[in-house]
Amino acid sequence: MTDMEHLALHERAMRVREHIIRMSTDGGCFIGASLSCTDLIMYLYSSVLNIAPDRVDDAQRDYFLLSKGHDVPAVYGTFAELGYIGAERLRNHLHAHDVLYWHPNRGVPGVEFHSGSLGHLLSVGIGVALDIRLRKAGNRVFVMLGDGELNEGSVWEACLVAGAQKLDQLVVIIDRNGFQANLRTEELLPLESLEQKFEAFGWAVRRIDGHSFPAMEDAFSSLPFEQGKPSVLIADTVRGKGLPSIEQRADRWFVNFSGEEVSMLLDELHGHSAAQLHSAALHVR
Amino acid sequence: MTYEEQLLALAKEDERIVVMTAENRAAIRGLPAQLGERFIDVGICEQTMVGAAAGLALRGRIPVLHALATFLTMRAFEFIRTDIGIGGLPVKLVGAVPGFLSDGNGPTHQALEDIAIMRGIPGMQVFCPADNDELLAGLPAMLATPFPCYIRYNAMPAVVRHHEPFAPGRAEQFGEGNDVALLTYGFLLREVLEAQRLLEAEGLACRVVNLRTLAPLDKDMLLSAVAACGTVVTVEDHFLTGGLYSILAELLLAHGMTASVLAIAMDSRWFRPATLPRVLEHEHFTGAHIARRILHALAPEEEFVRGNGQPLFKTYL
Repeated sequence: MTDMEHLALHERAMRVREHIIRMSTDGGCFIGASLSCTDLIMYLYSSVLNIAPDRVDDAQRDYFLLSKGHDVPAVYGTFAELGYIGAERLRNHLHAHDVLYWHPNRGVPGVEFHSGSLGHLLSVGIGVALDIRLRKAGNRVFVMLGDGELNEGSVWEACLVAGAQKLDQLVVIIDRNGFQANLRTEELLPLESLEQKFEAFGWAVRRIDGHSFPAMEDAFSSLPFEQGKPSVLIADTVRGKGLPSIEQRADRWFVNFSGEEVSMLLDELHGHSAAQLHSAALHVR
Repeated sequence: MTYEEQLLALAKEDERIVVMTAENRAAIRGLPAQLGERFIDVGICEQTMVGAAAGLALRGRIPVLHALATFLTMRAFEFIRTDIGIGGLPVKLVGAVPGFLSDGNGPTHQALEDIAIMRGIPGMQVFCPADNDELLAGLPAMLATPFPCYIRYNAMPAVVRHHEPFAPGRAEQFGEGNDVALLTYGFLLREVLEAQRLLEAEGLACRVVNLRTLAPLDKDMLLSAVAACGTVVTVEDHFLTGGLYSILAELLLAHGMTASVLAIAMDSRWFRPATLPRVLEHEHFTGAHIARRILHALAPEEEFVRGNGQPLFKTYL
């Protein structure tokens, strides 16, 4: 990766973060978790997935399934930057005449499947991968899971099945931001050692810094991590990444900011003064 | 012909069909060897099976899923509702040993609310074959529809010749009588036809409506049965809530109608586990019991006698 490429990725990720921040008002969004996976999702669509805005229905395309559906602002922000949707469409967020809301909808070009209920899309991804294998095709299937989502038993059931089926066209990415809705993951249901858990289920595991583009380049260019096994990439990330005033804050999961706060957060994103935030987090989402 | 042979024939004609199971192979034991990779056993993982079926359907497949009715429709309910239902995907769910057919298993295995919850999913079709003949007659059509479908699996031998060609939403009527309309679905058609015979011997003119699919519903046949008959009886191996009795009530309300309806169903309790004949006897679902319950409802204080003066149902009353 050249310095120029690295800089371009960084700038594009900054613009995606701006979109996310703008979606965090007038109803709000799950901003903290959207920011933790922004670099990963933007990198996947920019440099990994065999897909483009003009061929979202291409039978040969790679699939990206967002199982932790509440992070969809990161996907929509990426879609706006890469031309899947017009950036002006993001202003429809939470307006009933469009389908941009807190979880993904297939009415948006590029969204492969709806989600919102945790623990579903790994099994859906298994089905897509099974069809790809039946057709002896070369598509790959990427499924993004949250670390909190790993509480769901259906994830581990699906892990057993994917391992047994030896689906090496299947790649799971875990946005390991260390939090679930209200708590740090390790305070509730400790997940570590995640590598050992997945290895025991028959997966090939890598772990990277989920905000490092060179680390992503290295990992995604090594797929599958092992022939005959599904791959899992545990990406250590920071919830709220890019906004020090909400980073690692358990109470900044879902927030509906005021317009003034949005302006301050945009300033903070670009390294100016820290935002003075007053809006309370909503824990009910 | 068996269900397995029929499904194999359909799968050979149509590459889109993929047969899946959550390690419930009773009805499809020969298919792994015949279908190769188009037979997928995920293990005892009903949720993953349903989610994976959604993924296969996204890619154009028609997955046909097999598990016991309780675990398929209830363990995996939210996956059916969320992945298949919201997705509007043509996944076909085949639930084994529904209703009384779980005979000796006990309440864990008694699917008595499966119809209520499956028909509550927008777009879901519900097929309840009366016997093996109807199962085979309906299978091609139910697999061909672009909708998700729940099939209440029943491969019991037929006791009647089905005269009406199968079509989703088209019921089948036996008899033209206007005194009592007996509405039913599934294997209980057998008992209801026996009840019809007994009631007609008592001088009551009966018609039997075999619904076949509860969604879509043959509204015209139900409405004409209600309009023609003084008494309507629903007979089902399902809870009173959410099954045919509820379906009829919804239909009548929507048309501003009412009727004298006797509901023969499981009312807020599970049935006593036993062999199927003993279940039917204990729960009063044999043809003779059904006839007796109807006569009792029509004239609870009277003793029913044959023309020759011998009491018919004295032993039951």
